[in-house]
Amino acid sequence: MLDFLKGPVQAMQDFVAIAGKAGKNVFRSPHYARDILLQMDSIGVGSLPVVILTGFFTGAVMAMQLARALSTYGATGQVAPVLCITLVRELGPVLTALMVSGRNAAGIASELGSMKVTEQIDAMRALGTDPIQKLVTPRLIATATMLPLLTIISDLMGMFGGFVVSEGMLNMAPAQYWNTAWKALEYNDVVQGILKPFVFAIIISLVGCYFGMQTTGGTQGVGRSTTQAVVVSSIWIIVTTFFIGRIFLNLS
Amino acid sequence: MTEDSNQPVLRFENVSVHYEDVAALDGISFEMRRGETRILLGASGSGKTVLLKTAVGLVRAGAGRVLVFGRDITALSEGELFDIRGRIGFLFQEGGLFDSLTIDENVSYPLVNQRGAKPEKPDAIENRVRETLRFVELEQTLEQYPSELSGGMRRRVGIARAVVTEPELVLYDSPTAGLDPITANTIIALIVKERDTRNAAAMMATHRYQDGQLMANYRYNPHSGDLERASSNGAEENGLKTIFMVLQEGRLAFEGTEEELKAADDPYVSKFVKR
Repeated sequence: MLDFLKGPVQAMQDFVAIAGKAGKNVFRSPHYARDILLQMDSIGVGSLPVVILTGFFTGAVMAMQLARALSTYGATGQVAPVLCITLVRELGPVLTALMVSGRNAAGIASELGSMKVTEQIDAMRALGTDPIQKLVTPRLIATATMLPLLTIISDLMGMFGGFVVSEGMLNMAPAQYWNTAWKALEYNDVVQGILKPFVFAIIISLVGCYFGMQTTGGTQGVGRSTTQAVVVSSIWIIVTTFFIGRIFLNLS
Repeated sequence: MTEDSNQPVLRFENVSVHYEDVAALDGISFEMRRGETRILLGASGSGKTVLLKTAVGLVRAGAGRVLVFGRDITALSEGELFDIRGRIGFLFQEGGLFDSLTIDENVSYPLVNQRGAKPEKPDAIENRVRETLRFVELEQTLEQYPSELSGGMRRRVGIARAVVTEPELVLYDSPTAGLDPITANTIIALIVKERDTRNAAAMMATHRYQDGQLMANYRYNPHSGDLERASSNGAEENGLKTIFMVLQEGRLAFEGTEEELKAADDPYVSKFVKR
């Protein structure tokens, strides 16, 4: 029984160790500005197309289905506020994070994993540089700054998608759509909509780095780490969004 | 930190390293002085790589003490180790080059990224990189990636990266493994050249006795730019101190000069000398 628990506890301990060091390094020099910028480009700019597409079609689909449900109550006019609140509070952050997790947690884990199995991480250490500082912290900083921005873009694209459907299929007046949508948002919604991606970013980058740095067993091991990084970060995203949502429900 | 010149650069005191139940190193003790060359012979799996990695703290000693430049590194945290590692050059068995960086970026890596590194001007770094690459005769590869080079060239880039910071101690892990005899000799010639130009301490793990022989009996002549045989009446007179060590399944089976190695009657040890 205890042997069964050893693995997960050890993994948790290693994860917390990496997370702690990476977090501490955020406030400690040297900072590798070039690496941070490169990661921002790869994580932020690189994820733009997928985030824009997901955001747009999520909004469009939501508007379509909401119109169908709301028409039962004769409340088709409420499509915009409902859509807006769900997007900003939940769907925008979560779907963007899941997309970025599939793209970047996988990318980070396979890159660091390949470096690990080819002794490049050891080489870094032997050359007197801290792999956490050089590899993990830049990815953490880059994801934590880019994911909230990506989420905002995704939210806007979702609302635009909803607008296109309302306008084209439901014949709603454009001004009415944007007015009701804007008025529906409260301070609490926006705060939670920005806080969530920030937390998800920490999960994505650290889980990706953790599985990358833990890789053993050659190319097969790299594949395994990559899969695990995506699965674990996605699950954590879904679980934490529930708890953050719960906390904010109490606050409002 | 004050260091007198007699202080050993590297000292192992009864060091053991265990993986699960298998001893990779078993009670190793030796002392290495400044300007000394050590040849670490041993079959594969005898613990050569582990010994070198233990010397820089990449592998932690399970028992015993490892002293680098007089400082006990067994109790140091990873953070404190980085400063000491900055003073040691390390060549990995497979080169350990960063495959997504160019040769230029690989060689300048320690200069740019080392924690203790003084911020140097970009052109000063570039000059150093060019100079070091010229030393290993690969100046023309600056913009290429490691995958575009041959195995021997990669090994030479690895050497360049290991010595670019002019470390006081250089550790070479099987620099000739998997190379043809001609390329292998070129690599050893480079290592001899590096040793004799800067007079740094060097430890080389290898399974080829010939590598050790070259290191022990040849020296670099800066005038002709070639290796030449040190005068026949003993290497000591030329200030060359080469000590051979033989590892057998994690234990130090032999330690001594080339003459003593040739005279050794231990069957395992003498296997390396006879070809």
